[in-house]
Amino acid sequence: HFAFTSQCPTQKMNLFQSVTSALDNTLASDPTAVIFGEDVAFGGVFRCTVGLRDKYGKDRVFNTPLCEQGIVGFGIGVAVAGATAIAEIQFADYIYPAFDQIVNEAAKYRYRSGNLFDCGNLTIRAPWGCVGHGSLYHSQSPEAFFAHCPGIKVVIPRSPVQAKGLLLSCIADQNPCIFFEPKILYRAAVEQVPVEAYTVPLSQAEILQEGSDVTLVAWGTQIHVMREVANMAQEKLGVSCELIDLQTILPWDVETVCKSVVKTGRLLISHEAPVTGGFAAEISSTVQEECFLNLEAPISRVCGYDTPFPHIFEPFYIPDKWKCFDAIKRMINY
Amino acid sequence: MAAVRSMNKMYGVCFHAARQTAGLKASRLLQHRAFRVGAVRQQQPFDSTLEKPQFPGASAEFVDHLEFIQPNVISGIPVYRVMDRQGNIINPSQDPQLSKETVLNFYQKMTMLNTMDRILYESQRQGRISFYMTNYGEEGTHIGSAAALDPSDIVFGQYREAGVLMYRGFPLDLFMAQCYANADDLGKGRQMPVHYGSKDLNFVTISSPLATQIPQAAGAAYAVKRENMNRAVICYFGEGAASEGDAHAGFNFSATLECPLIFFCRNNGYAISTPTNEQYRGDGIAARGPGYGMMSIRVDGNDVFAVYNATKEARRRAVAENQPFLIEAMTYRIGHHSTSDDSSAYRSVDEVNYWDKQDHPISRLRHYMTARSWWSEDDERTWRKQSRKMVMEAFERAEKRLKPNPELMFTDVYQEVTPLLSKQRDSMWKHVQQYKEHYPLDLYDK
Repeated sequence: HFAFTSQCPTQKMNLFQSVTSALDNTLASDPTAVIFGEDVAFGGVFRCTVGLRDKYGKDRVFNTPLCEQGIVGFGIGVAVAGATAIAEIQFADYIYPAFDQIVNEAAKYRYRSGNLFDCGNLTIRAPWGCVGHGSLYHSQSPEAFFAHCPGIKVVIPRSPVQAKGLLLSCIADQNPCIFFEPKILYRAAVEQVPVEAYTVPLSQAEILQEGSDVTLVAWGTQIHVMREVANMAQEKLGVSCELIDLQTILPWDVETVCKSVVKTGRLLISHEAPVTGGFAAEISSTVQEECFLNLEAPISRVCGYDTPFPHIFEPFYIPDKWKCFDAIKRMINY
Repeated sequence: MAAVRSMNKMYGVCFHAARQTAGLKASRLLQHRAFRVGAVRQQQPFDSTLEKPQFPGASAEFVDHLEFIQPNVISGIPVYRVMDRQGNIINPSQDPQLSKETVLNFYQKMTMLNTMDRILYESQRQGRISFYMTNYGEEGTHIGSAAALDPSDIVFGQYREAGVLMYRGFPLDLFMAQCYANADDLGKGRQMPVHYGSKDLNFVTISSPLATQIPQAAGAAYAVKRENMNRAVICYFGEGAASEGDAHAGFNFSATLECPLIFFCRNNGYAISTPTNEQYRGDGIAARGPGYGMMSIRVDGNDVFAVYNATKEARRRAVAENQPFLIEAMTYRIGHHSTSDDSSAYRSVDEVNYWDKQDHPISRLRHYMTARSWWSEDDERTWRKQSRKMVMEAFERAEKRLKPNPELMFTDVYQEVTPLLSKQRDSMWKHVQQYKEHYPLDLYDK
């Protein structure tokens, strides 16, 4: 699933290494940039910051006390003072103590001050999504909570090449960004990643595969599931799927998705997060407004159930390729 | 040494004796500050033959009798003051000996604030502005601390620090513009009254959620430390906001990350209707500082010179030593919490009158001035008339001004206007054009 051809020098990197590479590029080119959070000094629990403290100094890569509201609040302050702040939250499952700082402060800083002040220099990174055994508190995908918050950007990469480019875009972007990193891909996803800095644009969905019968929309880990679903649909049903990686959840690329649905007439959206109020609901609602007369079948959402993320029942919980395949079958036969 | 003695009284344990037995200097306990930036504390080598605890988490001695430390709230941390309630200097060495010009400026800023408060409070009562919060009784905390800072120091406030902004030179027109949310408002009309901000004056725009500014101030101080340009950060908050988790976060971060930051707590006795004995059970906010490893002091907030002295020294040391300082300024909220509050529901008029008449920062400073023949009855009368006129004129100008163009509802959400917002804006205008008789367009700038 991972392939990238490029003219500039590349190196084989997994996803956590591509994150390290992005951070390394940032610390090298931006003297104000600092990275902080729990356990980042020794390299981080997922090894995303390995080597950076030795290379750039203790004042630039440092541990904070164990306090997410403090980490984000502190990060906002660093950004407001004009420096580049990269805050790590150890698991997206633990981001909620920082919810007030993110929603009431970071997202609204520029608006409420009449653009006198802003925290555009803030990027928050957090490991995200299911990992096989993570259970309630090491598997969550909280993007929907933040999608409802004007003023921040929410970005989720599917692979090392996308991760580095999107993270660098988030860091450069002059708005506070939350960057969720699919933890199951940290080691599992390996690609040839450019060593130098580069960006992948925000708010631009990427069409990974063109098709004519069904539009598939997903992000992060689920893209790899959908790739297999698209192959299954082609082989077993002769159905041609157009696969779209949304990449940026907020602000999302309405145009690309709608253009695709106008073409195919069918839409399947899939995410691990619970279905009720999940981001698929927003996409579904907008698409039916914009493409109502083009739809051949109701929009389908294949998502987690409305339960906390379970431990031993994970294989039954996740929106796997069989559930997605079955949804396509029902849409085609509608 | 004085600090250790007060620690003794506070905790009822003989620290002094313990320290002597250990052979460590008592002052080291409280002042073991490394000047290194972000230094990792060196772990001593472990040696189980020593009868000394080897735990990484605390450096202390063993004790073999069971005794709980008793928090002392009866005779807690003392209140530093320079003037008595009649404005007389108590200890001449503490008189900052500011020039007549400076002291007159203090007085005029405090009284101008008071005058502006009276007029804007009234204007809310008359339905001219939607909301207001006064600063009655706390003018000394604002002016004393603001005067002790450099203009380049960054201020993070809560909502009752308008005097800091006034001291720095924020014009009456802009105070009014924000309260009226007119087209001159630097905030573009987006927030309720008293949510001031000024980039030029390094006063970060106020937000309603309490205590959120506290960890932010720590972050800003950290960034400012790295810049190494002799700047400090000050963070104001009330004793109520100090109960929020964000306060704990901010204190802990600023101490562990060694930030040049002054935490200034206005302990004014009430958080809306909640008195301090329902807000905390310990010895106020100052007593929490040592728990974070932070230098702390309690001052008489109604004594502008005490506030000035403490802030000045805290600022000097915060920058020189890269450590946070906690100043708890004791004062009293003479006014209601806001125009949405009637404090007679929870406190007596007698209590309020005591503070208004017998321990007010403005009258204490006036006594100091009149004792030196720096201010006469005539000066007072003239100034009152002049300051009131200035406020009234700004008020009348602000009231006439149109509100900002509704286009500004859609900008600054992000740095750029997104396609979705652009669409929503067009949709809003289309709707308003069609139903224009139902929208107050005449009040808004074109």
